Amino acid sequence: MAKPKSWLEPHPHGLYVKPADLWIDPSRPVERAAVTHGHADHARSGHGAVFATPETLAIMALRYGVDVEASHNQAFGYGDGFERGGVRFSFFPAGHVLGSAQILMEYAGERIVITGDYKRRPDPTCVAFEFVPCDIFITEATFGLPVFRHPPTSDEIAKLIGAVRAEPDRCVLVGAYALGKAQRVIAELRAAGWDAPIYIHGAMEKMCALYAAHGVDLGELRLVSETDKADMAGQIVVAPPSALNDRWSRRLPDPVTAMASGWMRVRQRARQRMVELPLVISDHADWDELTTTIAEVNPKETWITHGSEDGLLRWCELHQRKARALHLVGRDLEEEA
Amino acid sequence: MKRFAALIDRLIYTRSRNSKLALIADYLEHTPDPDRGWAIAALTESLDFPAVKSAMVRALLATRVDEELFRLSRHFVGDTAETAALLWPEPFHPSPSGEGLGVGSIGLAQGRWIPPAATREQSSQVSLPSPEGEGEMSVAQAVDALSAATRATAPEILASLLDRLDADGRYALLKLALGGMRVGVSARLAKQAFAQAFDVPVDDVEELWHAIPPPYAPLFAWGEGRAERPDLADVAFFRPFMLAHPLEEESIDLTDYAAEWKWDGIRVQIVHGGGETRIYSRGGEEISGAFPELVAAFDQDAVIDGELLVRGEAQGGEAASFNALQQRLGRKTVSKKMLADYPAFVRVYDLLAVDGNDLRPLPWTERRRQLEAFVPRLADSHFDLSQVIDAKDFDDLANRRAGARDAAIEGVMLKRRDAPYVAGRRAGLWYKWKRDPLTADCVMMYAQRGNGRRASFYSDYTFGCWSDDGELLPVGKAYSGFTDEELKWLDKFVRDNTLNRFGPVREVEKSLVLEVAFDSIHASKRHKSGLAMRFPRISRIRRDKPAEEADRIATLLAMVT
Repeated sequence: MAKPKSWLEPHPHGLYVKPADLWIDPSRPVERAAVTHGHADHARSGHGAVFATPETLAIMALRYGVDVEASHNQAFGYGDGFERGGVRFSFFPAGHVLGSAQILMEYAGERIVITGDYKRRPDPTCVAFEFVPCDIFITEATFGLPVFRHPPTSDEIAKLIGAVRAEPDRCVLVGAYALGKAQRVIAELRAAGWDAPIYIHGAMEKMCALYAAHGVDLGELRLVSETDKADMAGQIVVAPPSALNDRWSRRLPDPVTAMASGWMRVRQRARQRMVELPLVISDHADWDELTTTIAEVNPKETWITHGSEDGLLRWCELHQRKARALHLVGRDLEEEA
Repeated sequence: MKRFAALIDRLIYTRSRNSKLALIADYLEHTPDPDRGWAIAALTESLDFPAVKSAMVRALLATRVDEELFRLSRHFVGDTAETAALLWPEPFHPSPSGEGLGVGSIGLAQGRWIPPAATREQSSQVSLPSPEGEGEMSVAQAVDALSAATRATAPEILASLLDRLDADGRYALLKLALGGMRVGVSARLAKQAFAQAFDVPVDDVEELWHAIPPPYAPLFAWGEGRAERPDLADVAFFRPFMLAHPLEEESIDLTDYAAEWKWDGIRVQIVHGGGETRIYSRGGEEISGAFPELVAAFDQDAVIDGELLVRGEAQGGEAASFNALQQRLGRKTVSKKMLADYPAFVRVYDLLAVDGNDLRPLPWTERRRQLEAFVPRLADSHFDLSQVIDAKDFDDLANRRAGARDAAIEGVMLKRRDAPYVAGRRAGLWYKWKRDPLTADCVMMYAQRGNGRRASFYSDYTFGCWSDDGELLPVGKAYSGFTDEELKWLDKFVRDNTLNRFGPVREVEKSLVLEVAFDSIHASKRHKSGLAMRFPRISRIRRDKPAEEADRIATLLAMVT
């Protein structure tokens, strides 16, 4: 059995798979990149060849102009994969956003799984996380502190609907990251029976259309820019977090500012963002999901890519699990969590 | 506790004053005694449980949660009570509703630290009102349990309470126990909410508030019309202040009005009654703890209205600027050094009661006569009489006002000679006539977004003046004085001229001159320019003036009082 360190090298800007001469989620342009999902801290433009799920490739085409048709870019469905330099790569669902994948690498009798970003809760917009046994488990740790316990999503959605109904002269403006969170909030609202049109910021239009094209039913969406102010009273508006307190929001009828993010669990965080209605909805595993997943996967070693590494490292220490932090750079998409 | 937890949760995220008022009023109206009384006392920081302190909570957490994880979490969250509320292990786990988690069961056992059996047994011995039957813990139950706690029993008592609550409830409980709510509710706001909830005059609430201890049952009984107004004999209660309108008239006849200096300190009321002395600030908040020397020195059965000032050495023992007084404000206790370095005294200008007689219905002239007779009864080390300005006529007064250079003089007060002492701001009775503000032409340097209605506008501006080396140094920050139209223009200027972004702050091109008005300016070590303005506001936008021609620091230094 080869020593994993000898064939998988952690660098500040990504993981390098030596025998395959391939990078995983590199934060700068490389010759060959396998990409777990479409968020900007994992998917970048300018790579020579990209290996990803079809959905992730479609997202990269939309966001970074990656040419999906080019023969050097290859799409693989869940369970599918490729071999290069003796390393077998396979994609498994991560439950994070549309197309998000864990990547399993097998080489010289060793199995390494990199989760990318993941969560364990059901999400109507993507395929659920799949458990993949391995020797080394490379996990994220965005919410790697025990203060982060996301409440049931249905409770948060009920809170949102309650707030809209409580003040029919105002609208509720939900700040939600444009890729993943926005579509999930919309889909969760639909699942909870909210069938009125949902008003969106122009920056989300194309991504919502992409989700719809991949079979995620988002119901009727209307653009804020094409709607009269008065018509949005008593309605739900979804916009990127950066638009919440921007001039853009002046076109809305006295909005109640909401924000959908795992960070909303901490009151002062929500206050700093001047949020009136914090919604603890996250696309990342919370503390319990992170720790339980490690326990279930039961790897020989756990590597931690980004987030609150110290908290998760401490947990591993308390539970006599071998672990190390990789200190990857550029993984700080706070808005998206 | 659920209702109280929900209330503070809403208050945390509510920025508008009216919405806060409505939330509290609704809570008071629809919550039974004594919970609502305890809740409002907690909101206004009027509760203290000496046995329950942060260090004790941290020690208690260490029995349930790994200390290192607590430390890391506390560092991230920034607040002990909130960290503890989030980390406290749930006593039991209902299956996450509707949230199947895919593979296997995600129990929490992996993520938390089961307390040793011994701890659990101990806590079950603490007697608490049984939750059975009603299920939910009331605020009163929590207060009773915490009040009964000693340093030895407090950890067990707090633990058993925490075990019965969810995360929001634990947060509310810990905030109630430790104080430091940070929900932006002053005593004044709470009283207004009470007045709004029960449709009673806020002045009456002000007066009764401090006379009745939490949970204020007689106050609620009176508010709801179930009882007479409580009798306040023999209590050191607060009398709402009589306030002044800004003088807008061209001239005023000094035969009808008496003139006094307006002092730049803080307005206080000192009350002696029922064997104790209390000092109240403008908002009716008790500040006795910060000024123990005044409490000790005031030994007469009386109620005075006056200005609290600090004696400044630089002024030869006279009143120092507000800047010096600021060192003494906002403290719960005060060190010997503070007492020695910043000696406080009160310049008395009204007498509201003396020897059991309420003087408030009497005209100013009569109160003044009694005041002059009364002040010699007080220790002259800590109390003196605010002098009446002996001006010939209004023009003479105007001249004296313009010529006043005393650091502690903020302007002139005009009081109608035949007016009784009435609560609040009544037309035509008292006027304040502040010294004309000073102005300086400054250059906008940074801008920050506002709050609430102004959240989408860059409405808070930091501005600077030129040093001798030609460097622009910040001298102040202002967020008022402009019209809505001007705000739109300023907002656009900031967006179009941004050089750098630092979180919510933008650095702008140093090209816009703002005329800034301020009441006075003082030396300050806090700012690089060595200056701090009092009440700065934007008086004009000087689009016509080039930035190089804005004022120099040296010019401002010459205005320092």
